[in-house]
Amino acid sequence: MQFLYVAIVLLPLLVAALISFNDPKRRSTKISRAFYLAVVFIFTYVPIVVLIIFSFNSARSTGVWEGFSLKWYKELFNDSQLMSALYTTVVVAFISAIVSTVFGTFASIGIFYMRPKIKNAIMNITYLPVLNADIITGVSLVLFFNLVSIPLGYVTLLLSHICFSIPYVILSVMPKLKQMDNNLYEAALDLGSTPMTALRKVIIPEISPGIVSGFLLALTMSIDDFVISFFTAGPVLSNLSIEIYSATKRGVTPEFNAISAIMFVVVLTILIIINARKPKDEKAK
Amino acid sequence: MSDIIRLEDISVAFDGEIILDKLNLNIRDKEFVTLLGPSGCGKTTTLRIIGGFQRQDSGNVFFDNQLINDIPPYKRNVNTVFQKYALFPHLNVYENIAFGLNIKKVPKSEIAPLVDEMLALVNLRGFGNRNIQSLSGGQQQRVAIARALINKPHVLLLDEPLGALDLKLRKEMQIELKNMQIKTGITFIYVTHDQEEALTMSDTVVVMNKGIIQQIGTPQDIYNEPTNSFVADFIGESNIIPGTMVKDLVVDFCGHRFDCVDKGFGENVPVEIVVRPEDVKVTEPKDGQLTGKVESSIFKGVHYEMVVEEDNTHFKWIIQSTQTAQPGETIGMLLYPSDIHIMKGESKDA
Repeated sequence: MQFLYVAIVLLPLLVAALISFNDPKRRSTKISRAFYLAVVFIFTYVPIVVLIIFSFNSARSTGVWEGFSLKWYKELFNDSQLMSALYTTVVVAFISAIVSTVFGTFASIGIFYMRPKIKNAIMNITYLPVLNADIITGVSLVLFFNLVSIPLGYVTLLLSHICFSIPYVILSVMPKLKQMDNNLYEAALDLGSTPMTALRKVIIPEISPGIVSGFLLALTMSIDDFVISFFTAGPVLSNLSIEIYSATKRGVTPEFNAISAIMFVVVLTILIIINARKPKDEKAK
Repeated sequence: MSDIIRLEDISVAFDGEIILDKLNLNIRDKEFVTLLGPSGCGKTTTLRIIGGFQRQDSGNVFFDNQLINDIPPYKRNVNTVFQKYALFPHLNVYENIAFGLNIKKVPKSEIAPLVDEMLALVNLRGFGNRNIQSLSGGQQQRVAIARALINKPHVLLLDEPLGALDLKLRKEMQIELKNMQIKTGITFIYVTHDQEEALTMSDTVVVMNKGIIQQIGTPQDIYNEPTNSFVADFIGESNIIPGTMVKDLVVDFCGHRFDCVDKGFGENVPVEIVVRPEDVKVTEPKDGQLTGKVESSIFKGVHYEMVVEEDNTHFKWIIQSTQTAQPGETIGMLLYPSDIHIMKGESKDA
């Protein structure tokens, strides 16, 4: 029976997708393209829209709409446990983003000036944590922290966030270095800069769009993360995602809709900023 | 004039490939010197060694009689105009030109008039606030020159700076560069693969091939008295004919004995003769020292370019002349002694 429902939903979608490849001038092609796009967006965003709407629901129920209210937002800010989790998330996000941006930027510059063979090897190693399953990263970090006997808590949470954010910073700074005219650094030396001044006055300004995107990406990755945090935060400390996860066992109140809505809006805003920056860079080229 | 830069036995190899092979070169102060050669001949590497961007595997670099092997680029009294300009895109024209003086912590009030002076020198008055991206190739080129010259370097290195410009602009810039060099009295070391550019601007031309200097001389020397067939061939089209030096002032080639102005090769020595296409006079067959059959004739504007097969040896001559003849016709060819250039023969069996 369930298969039938899936088939009913997916079949028109498949047909629409196929028609989309027809002559682009035909009316049926245009309609089916629009339909396809609409369905994809509906699948992706309806749940989030529902969540945001229900965060304004005055009823306790998560399924029935009983009128508009900000009461869950009010309660959210009075819930000290949730607020401390939010505080942890924000602090960890900012510190880990700052630290990983600094480390990631210098790492990129170092890698960029390596010999091609070593450079490729290092870039592959850099990709690995991005592709690796979070759960494996999480478990291995816990094992590592036990091995060097750092007690799980704030420090380990922060270290693990820095650890998984650095590759993202490198991956967003590296393209900027590649775009940069190779002679710029030499030109700076030629005009009397020491290598340090050349780095500060020429290379860093030149790759700054990549550094800023890297920072914002690290920020969102940190706010977003649950799996790795769940392992490395230890038994006492919890950030927002851990708090929400444990709340699902007790039953989710609309309060969590409210906090989720806030998180979504924050991440969305950051992503919009990242994307809005891109066309500006391209225009400058 | 004294030597400002001296390169002594410089060798460089990349991944086992020899780029420069025991290169020796003296560059005189206040001269316009051009390193000329095909790509991969080591001219840019030579420039980078002088600039300090490339370390030689062996050999020494002297600047004003001081050994500068270990002096980093930022401490050398040399500035570079890079091939693709390498202007700083995040700075405007003014800030680009002022960059070097800012690094040297020159007070802002002193920088402003100097930058204005430079903008005037390169014909970019009023461009100070412009964005680098908004400039044309030629304008960027001028900013790059101004950015280097404002530091009052003893030597200016230019790495094919006109390569990206169109022909007309390139010709204008060649003359401007030469004027700037005379006006500022700075030694220019200019790298190019364009022989015409080299001949137009230089006091001294250094022809290079495969990491070895082939010839050093004035443009006239290089053009008129190439030391070997590579130079003769690279500096414009030539007829390079095998022949025999009978004795001083007499040379034998294409089955005819010619008077010439060269001596000191010995008697009955195999040599190569260089004759420029424009130096061959076209005459009636009976008036020529040599005769030949015209194979083709192409109108080139100022002159016709003909390929003529000489009757005795069937050597194919390239001739540029305002007179022409139809393919198939026989013409006479006349050479003046001063137009016959003798080079030592390439020893083919070596």
